[in-house]
Amino acid sequence: MSKNEHLYHVSDADFEQAILKSDVPALVDFWAPWCGPCRTVGPVVEELATEYAGKVKIAKLNVDENKDTAAKYGVRGIPTLMLFNNGQPVDQIVGAVPKSRIKELLDKVS
Amino acid sequence: MDTDLAILGGGPAGLTAGMYAARARIRVALLEKGQPGGQIAATEIVDNYPGFEEPILGWELAQKMEAHARKFGLEVVPVDVTRVSVAEGGFQLTLDSGETYTCRALILATGASPVKLGIPGELQLVGRGVSYCAVCDGPFFRDQEIAVVGGGDSAVEEALYLTRFASKVHLIHRRDELRAIKDIQEKAFAEPRIQIHWNHVPVAVVGNKEVESLVIRSVINGSEQILRVSGVFFYVGLRPNSESFRDLVRTDEWGFVVTDAQMACSVPGIFAAGDIRSKMLRQIATAVGEGALAAYSAQHYLEG
Repeated sequence: MSKNEHLYHVSDADFEQAILKSDVPALVDFWAPWCGPCRTVGPVVEELATEYAGKVKIAKLNVDENKDTAAKYGVRGIPTLMLFNNGQPVDQIVGAVPKSRIKELLDKVS
Repeated sequence: MDTDLAILGGGPAGLTAGMYAARARIRVALLEKGQPGGQIAATEIVDNYPGFEEPILGWELAQKMEAHARKFGLEVVPVDVTRVSVAEGGFQLTLDSGETYTCRALILATGASPVKLGIPGELQLVGRGVSYCAVCDGPFFRDQEIAVVGGGDSAVEEALYLTRFASKVHLIHRRDELRAIKDIQEKAFAEPRIQIHWNHVPVAVVGNKEVESLVIRSVINGSEQILRVSGVFFYVGLRPNSESFRDLVRTDEWGFVVTDAQMACSVPGIFAAGDIRSKMLRQIATAVGEGALAAYSAQHYLEG
């Protein structure tokens, strides 16, 4: 899998510390191994993690292994890219979209 | 980047074209904005691709096709092409980053995507209960009631797949018979968790933060009823992914690309294969055959 040092992998256990208490905005990629479109958006998210390093924290959350967080934020479709700022979800994109769409979202907060 | 042949899209059509071109030692690059596989990566199982009598998982078949093409040296470049234009000696491809590539010949294999009906609530609740991908989102609806809209192969197959999770699946179809092939129909009629609402169309998806119900209307007498469902899956057809070249080549009234029997488009040097083509049947088996033919025609064009 990923050797990208800028890409975080978060779970139910560390979601609050890693995302909600993050000192920069955070983008969370809710994904699962059985989801084809998630594999489409995955490499794009990895690239963005490098491009936005230090400005936006970019993380992946496996919804299969972390059902509580997915349920808490009402995620019922994947991939969902949810943007958090100051501990709150502020925007989201559902489905595999071009990189430019995701950048537009990130540029609003970075 | 400059190449002789560029293939846009890495579904079954594009990967097969790429495999044939690479094997013919053409200088070729396949450009794919995400992961290769196309719509099969969003399909649960593939039941009708020859040679796999035990149904194969969609993403697994996609991976096999990609590996097969790469074995012959196909280069897959992960970029998103937003515009195709005619340039000296061939074509120019503009990427979403603004960068440009050039090629002498081009195969369009960008495929198709699910149609969005645009009824009230539908787009607002995508990811909150509205879905176009049963494989992706089915597991979120364990022991819940859901609805599937449509009556073709995809709609009925996915309704069957969703009975693994949902306690009940309402299948909403505007006609009084299904278009799906008989084998799939018979399975659906035998499945007690599927209830078919014949002669009904969806009117609105209702819900504040997530889907709470679906309003459907009878096409016979106009009466409406509310189905208490937490998920709605739309399978009402396909639209072509032809935005980047719609003005360049001839398309049909829906935007699918028109070709001749050798897969050649209206512009010399451009070929098309797979779901992007204007045609009657969109299957993996047809996409693969067209991909091979498009590569062969492109080779002749390049050598001609």
